[in-house]
Amino acid sequence: MNHNHPVFTDNDPQSELVTLNLGPTHPATHGVFQNVLQLDGERIVSGVSTIGYIHRAFEKIAEHRPFYQITPLTDRLNYCSSPINNMGWHMTVEKLLNIQMPKRVDYLRVIIMELSRISDHIICNTIIGQDTGATTTFLYLFQFREHIYEIFEEVCGARLTTNIGRIGGFERDFNDIAFAKIDKFLKEFPKALKEFENLLTRNRIFIDRTAGVAEVTKEAALEYSWTGPLLRATGVDYDVRVSDPYSSYQDFDFEVPVGTSGDIYDRYLVRNEEMWQSVRIIEQALVKLKTEPKGIFHADVPEFYLPPKQEVYNNMEALIYHFKIVMGEIDAPKAEVYHAVEGGNGELGFYLINDGGRTPYRLHFRRPSFVNYQMFAPMSEGMLLSDAIINMSSMNIIAGELDA
Amino acid sequence: MEETTLNNDIHVKLTEKFGEKVTAVSEPYGLLTFVTYKDVIINVLSHLKEELKFNFLTDITAVHYPGKDHGIAVVYHLHNMVEKVRIRIKVFISEQNPTIPTATTVWKGANWMERETYDLFGVKFEGHPDLRRILNMDDLGVHPMLKQYPLEDPNRVDKKDEFFGR
Repeated sequence: MNHNHPVFTDNDPQSELVTLNLGPTHPATHGVFQNVLQLDGERIVSGVSTIGYIHRAFEKIAEHRPFYQITPLTDRLNYCSSPINNMGWHMTVEKLLNIQMPKRVDYLRVIIMELSRISDHIICNTIIGQDTGATTTFLYLFQFREHIYEIFEEVCGARLTTNIGRIGGFERDFNDIAFAKIDKFLKEFPKALKEFENLLTRNRIFIDRTAGVAEVTKEAALEYSWTGPLLRATGVDYDVRVSDPYSSYQDFDFEVPVGTSGDIYDRYLVRNEEMWQSVRIIEQALVKLKTEPKGIFHADVPEFYLPPKQEVYNNMEALIYHFKIVMGEIDAPKAEVYHAVEGGNGELGFYLINDGGRTPYRLHFRRPSFVNYQMFAPMSEGMLLSDAIINMSSMNIIAGELDA
Repeated sequence: MEETTLNNDIHVKLTEKFGEKVTAVSEPYGLLTFVTYKDVIINVLSHLKEELKFNFLTDITAVHYPGKDHGIAVVYHLHNMVEKVRIRIKVFISEQNPTIPTATTVWKGANWMERETYDLFGVKFEGHPDLRRILNMDDLGVHPMLKQYPLEDPNRVDKKDEFFGR
């Protein structure tokens, strides 16, 4: 065995430091993370992060799959907001193929992506509450994640690893139950979110635990390539939805909340405000949908969009297209494309190189959790162990996205 | 259209500074892409960062083109957040001796991106403070994203391209 890790256990009998293996499976870290910390009392002196415990070689697997089979792989990156990953991938391929989506599809996608963003932020913010001792908030708001999953279930049949939509649109139109559930969600969620904020935002204990803890400057955040709510909490107003609009986000009126000090409290506030903005976006999207022609849920691109099964059995063209798509024989340009979407944790980028083969020649995921997490160990130095735990929850590191 | 003129400006400024070291300029899907060489890559990156406002390192990765003279392409994606421009820089290095200077001197965030690239492709970033494997286990022995390592049983015949007229 050839281990090239730094020494994990301090063997010096005179040493006054304690080595603590925080993880790989520690009840206080939500996911598979290992951090070997040197502690002086409760203060962290130094830390080494080890990742890769659930590395599944998605980039390698993707080199052996036709485009449509890569969607389920993206599910398992950030599994708290799978639809954003799915649609990010679909939009990457659509960019490669130069397909323009009808506006109705864009708006339907926006609804689903914003619901995922809400579910992602619910997880993060309630878990900050949980880790600071407020289990109530966690249990209370978490039921709305369940309601969001019920909407996903209505749209695509799955809840967590959604595999939602297809290259070229959705596999089926939203049914009336789905719209009814979205309406119900929009009616009930703001009330609950308000109550959630009442419980935490001005809570003395919560503020004491989070404000001024793990402050990050703008410069440091940019130096470490942070994106998403973490970067915005430091005061940089970078949001892919605004700076590089995709899926018709330019049609929507919403604000990009920014913080000032980049501490845990600011991250919490930024995520809360983003949930309000997401609700606003969904409401606008529902209004816009009313003016769009009904029944359109995919682009008219038969050579790239999987035909319905009945047609495959009865119609020659559909059979040919079906065969070509399933075998990865679609006529895609030999080119390379980078497409980024605003995931729950930041800029989720897809770098796709197509050489005209049946599978991508190379597919690289720019995963925000991976890039954000590298600052965790350096910024933990000098921090209390209990603060480092909530720092990690406020970074919302998702193990699937971290390790790919 | 607007983006294209902006890209032209950047191209002109880079050519002024680095001359023939900036080659193979193209613009796939509006993203300015060029190839440079490993002796100047750090100068190019810091010039882009300091002078041309590409303050943000989006990504570092690599691509393997087996059988070529310089078979590994290290790919950098940078982002100018103020003017909303992205840029892609490629450096082709040899497969036998895949070394390139580290970008951690320009951005600290390059650390893990380079470790991942080293882990998956075996690219040795010279001067990197902590160049260890990051995703795979330490005794893996190979760099698995290189094309010579098959994903599945190489004896499978149902996925061979020649059966599909390629």
